[in-house]
Amino acid sequence: MLNRIYEAQKLMDSACQKLGRQINIMEVCGTHTVAIFRNGLRPTLPERLKMLSGPGCPVCVTDQGYIDITLQLADREDCIIATYGDMIRVPGKDGSLETRHKPNVKIVLSSEDALTLAKNNPDKTVVFIAVGFETTAPATAVAVQEADSRGIENFCILSGHKLVVPAMEALVGDKNHKIDAFLCPGHVSVIIGSNAYIPIVEQFARPCVVAGFEPMQIIEGIAGLCRQLADGAAEVESIYDAVVTPEGNRTAQSIIDECFEPVDGLWRGLGSIPNSTLKLKAEYSRFDALNRFGLKEIPAEDLSGCRCGEVLCGLIDPPDCALFEKKCTPDSPVGPCMVSSEGACSAWYKYGRGRKRSS
Amino acid sequence: MCLAVPARIIELEDDRAVVDALGNRWNIRTTLTPEVRMGDIVLIHAGFAIAKVDEEDAKETWQLIAELDAFQEEQNKKSEQD
Amino acid sequence: MKDTPTNKILLAHGGGGRLTANLISNNILPKFSNEILAQLADAASLELDSPAVCFTTDSYVVKPLFFNGGDIGKLAVCGTINDLAVAGAKPVALSLSMIIEEGFELGVLDKILASAAEAADGAEVSIVAGDTKVVETGAADGIFINTAGLGTKLPDVNLSFGRIAPGDKIIINGTIGDHGMTIMSQREGIKFESQLASDCASLAPLTCRILEAAPGVKFMRDPTRGGLAATVNEIANSTGHSIELYEKDIPIKPAVQAAADMLGFDLLDIANEGKVVIVTAPDTAEKVLDVCKGHPLGAGAGIIGEVAQSEDGPIVELITKVGGRRIVQMPYGRELPRIC
Repeated sequence: MLNRIYEAQKLMDSACQKLGRQINIMEVCGTHTVAIFRNGLRPTLPERLKMLSGPGCPVCVTDQGYIDITLQLADREDCIIATYGDMIRVPGKDGSLETRHKPNVKIVLSSEDALTLAKNNPDKTVVFIAVGFETTAPATAVAVQEADSRGIENFCILSGHKLVVPAMEALVGDKNHKIDAFLCPGHVSVIIGSNAYIPIVEQFARPCVVAGFEPMQIIEGIAGLCRQLADGAAEVESIYDAVVTPEGNRTAQSIIDECFEPVDGLWRGLGSIPNSTLKLKAEYSRFDALNRFGLKEIPAEDLSGCRCGEVLCGLIDPPDCALFEKKCTPDSPVGPCMVSSEGACSAWYKYGRGRKRSS
Repeated sequence: MCLAVPARIIELEDDRAVVDALGNRWNIRTTLTPEVRMGDIVLIHAGFAIAKVDEEDAKETWQLIAELDAFQEEQNKKSEQD
Repeated sequence: MKDTPTNKILLAHGGGGRLTANLISNNILPKFSNEILAQLADAASLELDSPAVCFTTDSYVVKPLFFNGGDIGKLAVCGTINDLAVAGAKPVALSLSMIIEEGFELGVLDKILASAAEAADGAEVSIVAGDTKVVETGAADGIFINTAGLGTKLPDVNLSFGRIAPGDKIIINGTIGDHGMTIMSQREGIKFESQLASDCASLAPLTCRILEAAPGVKFMRDPTRGGLAATVNEIANSTGHSIELYEKDIPIKPAVQAAADMLGFDLLDIANEGKVVIVTAPDTAEKVLDVCKGHPLGAGAGIIGEVAQSEDGPIVELITKVGGRRIVQMPYGRELPRIC
């Protein structure tokens, strides 16, 4: 393994030398951000290679208005909130699901658990907090279809599912961006297929490499991007062939299509992105919590001083934000980037304060 | 986004399976991967198998896979002795 | 008037009257047979070999009550024994106090008490005092146990933060995360079948041997709640020195790692109940390792890190398997499963 690491580092070094400028690679996926930090990879990269944290942290890009609705619903006696653990500590205007101390908030590991909760509690409505990208959306779709076919009417979802490629297009389409290449999310790609990144390569000439989350995958993924940049190439490449195919998981894609349609959606920090959010189709609309409870998502005002948006776009690093480490810490987070286990600010705070590569 | 881990299918009926990763067992759904069979290694996310894992490529990618094999051999030896 | 026989704990069992007396004589005393307890005095009289004593207390609220490798009774005894052991003391006596919820099954209580008694016997420690209170249904989650422990300091042993210096080696006696992941595997909402087992054990036999053989040992702590990460951070913060840990040398059972991966946990933050972190002078490290490996509780021992000079304040850094570096933070205190 050490040999492969050495080879990869040589590639990165020579690419940086050949190009003679800073290389900016966006790690689209929050799980990549965390894996890069957990494995301590940043200090091992060349000085001129910078990793930008991208918008692939579903919790981070969820607008505060969505979180405020989850808190509103948690306050209701007739609701049970079923959520993945990731959402528990995210702050809204007025506390988080954790600080609300509500017995009606249950952590689940799958959408099926949420459905089971509904079956076992017929006198309450279970609201499933459906956050995540294309990797997680199919699981939600299956649960909605089952609720429909089995008449489990006391089940609904608050859909926060978002789509990765539209966000990447919005980022690289912005004239201020600094992105040279994309390290693409391995597990989203399992669902959407590596061909999904072809538009990025064709329209914007940015190399895309799909990598998994083990450290060798990330190191070799970054090296692959460096090689392409040094050669002036822009292609889609995948080194995660164990599970990623060019077409992706067709069954999962169909199930998403049956239940959801893409609509314009609000992404924290990125504003409105066309066709980037999933909304339940008309025949399943009764399972949409917003309809069920007559609620509207009100976009929240940005938290004062919070620069999560710029972090999510890769325009600044967390330490560039005045609140970082001072007013905004994991114990008293201001924005979701600090709360979410995947958030760039949280990862930077927890893992980041170390030294550069000593070669 | 997305923690997903590989595990081996040890029971399978319709679209429900039990998977095993070194003695840890979970109930999962194979609704999204109807092509999988008993004994396949699958990638699991949020209670669902999202892909069948190609075992040869997998050994390259995950140390866990090699350990799954070693574990399986140990288990087989144990049950032969019992 | 005869009392109706019951197989559940009633409020009267905590009332100090007939039912309390029955509970003590039928369920408690027979298990903890020692002369001191049998006297049922208001306080236990002890004669100790040494005037230098260590004293500690801990409360146990673990759920589920029974898990692979132990239960709340064993945990309550071993946990407090271990606090004495890592402080450099030979554990001598414990108190055992229980707060029990009305309606608790007597049969289950018997099992817990038997387990506590077995753990105490195995460690050659006597349970010399105790108390039982019963609260209304809903006011306690089944049973809560507190144990306090007394031990005599081993001669010529001086364990303190102040002795720790850059260059000292950090050793652990075995694999991390076993207890915490076993508990998770049986917790409502996330439980799963597994072959995981808690490492719950009394460390006193091992620590006494280590301290006899290796005077260069400067400090010991058992990495319970908060795991190895909490313990190492506590050492760094209290000494002002930095610490480097080597990921490739931290012993972990593959099955435990697989379980942690599935739920999204970091094993550095997960509790252990049969492990001790030892900080020792570099020239004694080999000796400590030899002693560990010669004992069943230390078979998997290894050097996992080193104390280092601190530049701008103490930090704990992990050298990762791929040669990277990252900070190990003090854990939040509540580990949550995640899918993202």
